[in-house]
Amino acid sequence: MTGTLAGIGAGLAVIGAGIGIGMIGGRATEAIARQPEAYSMIQTVMIITAAMIEGVALFAVVVSLIK
Amino acid sequence: MDLVTPGIGLIFWQVIAFLVLLFVLKKYAWKPVLNAIKSREERIKGALASAEEAKEEMKKLKADNEVIIKEAKDERNKLLQEAREIKSQMIEDAKAQAGIESKKMIESAKLKIESEKDAAVSEIKKLVAVFSVDIAEKILKKELDDKKEQQALISSSLKDLKLN
Amino acid sequence: MINFRKFVVNTGWILLFLFTSVNFALASEKEHSEDSSNEEFDARSFILDHVKDSHEWHIATYTSHGEEKHLNVPLPVILYSNNSGLSIFMSSKLAHGHTYKGFKLEEEGEYAGKIVEITESEGEENILIPLDFSITKTVFGMFVSVIIVLWLFLSLAKSYRKSGVSEPKGLQAVLEPVVLFVRDDIAKLILGKDHYEKYLPYLLSAFFFIWINNILGLIPVFPFGANVTGNISVTLVLAVFTFIVTQISGKKQYWKHIVATPGVPFWLAPVMIPVEIISLFTKPFALMIRLFANIVAGHMSLLTFIGLIFIFKSIYVAPGSIFFVLFMYTIEILVGFLQAYIFTILSAVFIGQAIAEEH
Repeated sequence: MTGTLAGIGAGLAVIGAGIGIGMIGGRATEAIARQPEAYSMIQTVMIITAAMIEGVALFAVVVSLIK
Repeated sequence: MDLVTPGIGLIFWQVIAFLVLLFVLKKYAWKPVLNAIKSREERIKGALASAEEAKEEMKKLKADNEVIIKEAKDERNKLLQEAREIKSQMIEDAKAQAGIESKKMIESAKLKIESEKDAAVSEIKKLVAVFSVDIAEKILKKELDDKKEQQALISSSLKDLKLN
Repeated sequence: MINFRKFVVNTGWILLFLFTSVNFALASEKEHSEDSSNEEFDARSFILDHVKDSHEWHIATYTSHGEEKHLNVPLPVILYSNNSGLSIFMSSKLAHGHTYKGFKLEEEGEYAGKIVEITESEGEENILIPLDFSITKTVFGMFVSVIIVLWLFLSLAKSYRKSGVSEPKGLQAVLEPVVLFVRDDIAKLILGKDHYEKYLPYLLSAFFFIWINNILGLIPVFPFGANVTGNISVTLVLAVFTFIVTQISGKKQYWKHIVATPGVPFWLAPVMIPVEIISLFTKPFALMIRLFANIVAGHMSLLTFIGLIFIFKSIYVAPGSIFFVLFMYTIEILVGFLQAYIFTILSAVFIGQAIAEEH
């Protein structure tokens, strides 16, 4: 039973992270379309921000890993 | 749970290994590699800069050449202009000289003619005096013979005189 | 950048072909043993055993004469306990639950997977936990990758010394774009061109250590395939290194920001100071968890797709399973690079915040 609950928890975390990273990607694409010359800077900021969100989501995954 | 529990042994070995990696790489790898990359980049930058400089130099030389050529052309044009001016001046001068000369010649010729004429007139006057003496002599010789003939003689003498 | 992408893609393809063949072998072997022993397949322990650290290097399980046998590479065990001092022996002495010099590798219970020391005093059995400095699978795998990293970059340095400043070729052509990527797109971009040189050796070492470990962790043949960067102790140490570098290089502005955050009224200080101090530690903590969880999750999903074959006990699941494993491998190669990049760039960001001057 604990395994199932952990799975649900991980799934919920993934939903949040998915929405967050999706929004970052979308906005970054818009920003690049508006200012193609700022491509590399936007990409770096995008990756850093996505990594932050991913980190939070991974906390949840790790919590699910703990028995 | 022990998946997320750090172990002392692993931490110990990881610290040692990473420190060794860090210091060995820092001293024997990153330094030469980064220096080589940097010096290559600098060399490329330097080569590009010197190429740019050479280009600039070339441009300057070309501009200099153009200036020199232009100056030479100007010089030539000036010289030609001067030569032309001198030529026309000379012609002008020559013409003026010739005019003055000819005038002078004419003048002197006129003077000569005048003096010749005067000489001739005085010669004629002398001759007239001689002739008149001669005629007078002849008249005086014939006067005694005939009055009529005397008259004729005078008129004929006068006619002769008019020749002059 | 484009050259670099090409390089990553090519490396990925080469590694992929290697992996798929090995996976096939591994999968069929596993299936064979499971069928004959007719046991319920325990996916959880199958996955966790592969992901977790262990005292010997398990290569394969096979059946001969109806008996399950394990093909293991023994690794040195180094223990220190107050009771018996330092003891060093090979892990094969502890195999199959044997007790050696009073040490025993517990297989289940509270200390499962750990080596315990059993001492007898007055007829009672006491269980002690010695300090375990063993060269475990992860330590061994890490040593292998450290040697590979050292070999790669020392020979790179040698080739630079030999070729001088001529155009890169061979190993240089492969590694130089990556070194330049770390220098220009991480260090110079984040730290600025005045400060980056000081931190570049650390960033480069961390980047290549993580990247090479991520890649080697995906090769399922001895002596590679140890889950090094997917081990929390390893990522803990890396995160602590970043933490130490960050704190050492912290300028006045950085500490001022912690003690008195600009733009915050003074009466909020009792709240803000603890928050700022906690945030000092959450940053490296997030670094640790991010790398660990990413790599573990990658290995776990790979193993899950392989495990599907044994869960369904059908060879017909294998093609689909292998297809997904292939797909995951491609993603994991990308993730391996990406996580190295993210770890390095976030370290640079933290250091950059610490060395930022007042504008």
